[in-house]
Amino acid sequence: MSDLALFATLAGAGLATFLIRLSFIAGERWLPRGDGLRAVLGYVPAAVLAALIAPELLVRDGTLYLAGDNLRLWAGLAAIGVALATRSVMATLAAGMAALWLLQWAAG
Amino acid sequence: MNAAPPSPSSPGAAEEFLGGVRAELPLLLGVMPFGLMFGVLGLAAGLPAWAVIAMSSVVFGGASQVVFAQLWGALTPPTVICTTVAVVNLRHALYSASVADWLRGLPWRWKLLLAYLLTDEAYAAALARFRDGPPGPQRHWFLFGIGFTLWLGWQLATIGGVLVGAAIPAGWSLDFSIALTFIALLVLAVHRRSELVAALVAGAVAIVAQPLPHKLWILLAAAAGIAAGLAARGLDRPRLAAEGAR
Repeated sequence: MSDLALFATLAGAGLATFLIRLSFIAGERWLPRGDGLRAVLGYVPAAVLAALIAPELLVRDGTLYLAGDNLRLWAGLAAIGVALATRSVMATLAAGMAALWLLQWAAG
Repeated sequence: MNAAPPSPSSPGAAEEFLGGVRAELPLLLGVMPFGLMFGVLGLAAGLPAWAVIAMSSVVFGGASQVVFAQLWGALTPPTVICTTVAVVNLRHALYSASVADWLRGLPWRWKLLLAYLLTDEAYAAALARFRDGPPGPQRHWFLFGIGFTLWLGWQLATIGGVLVGAAIPAGWSLDFSIALTFIALLVLAVHRRSELVAALVAGAVAIVAQPLPHKLWILLAAAAGIAAGLAARGLDRPRLAAEGAR
């Protein structure tokens, strides 16, 4: 896609983010406050992140790909283990990349 | 945070600003590596350097910037990218509601500036001062000190990451680091059983809904995950603290 499209997408994402941050600061008189929003937002990180990860590990060319040579799946599972054990973004990154490189090297 | 006796004069603007800077500095330790990482993997996702650097000031929101980079690299339609970024950043509405109480009565230029600078780390650093500290007429300078410090650190880290990333040869599969970042953030985000249900349902729907046009599977999967999490709230063990880890 063109630089112009990228520029417009950046501006759109930035504006949306800014308006969310401004929402209650600017319009608290008109916006409802309640636990409903809080409850919904509590599930946003888990849902969005899982939605982005699952296809990355399990899908290739639009279909489910569970074969042994799906190296990103195995490296991803190793990373999940490391993330659970260490709860560290850096350690997860390092372990996942190391696992992928090792598997790629072993697979020739 | 030593318990100073209440002074007759409240802290001035400069003092508040420096207080904010000091409150934010320790948090930069966690933020700067993430900014570096974003610089590197923004390039790895296929974004040009100018867009990676611009995004850190235009969007100014860590995880949502990584999501943007990944979706752009996957040729996702712009409207879906913007919507997904908005969903990821929707939690800032909660901070906005909390901060609104503190900023009431300030001129508009201050409200716009501080809204732009409102992020997870800024909110976290501001809580102690605003909830527990003395009122003080200049305390918006404290929030500005926090936001400015974080903003500057984030921009410098991004530029550093772009410089590092440009030196890394292609073929290192570095784009995989985006998925790895998401994995780490997901594991940190799941505290309750219902959140695990939300993640599993969202992941399954994301795979099943792949054939949908315009990459709409992203939004469908997110919505399904959120609905599943809400429906599964009964599975959560009652906790002493009503909130999560924070």
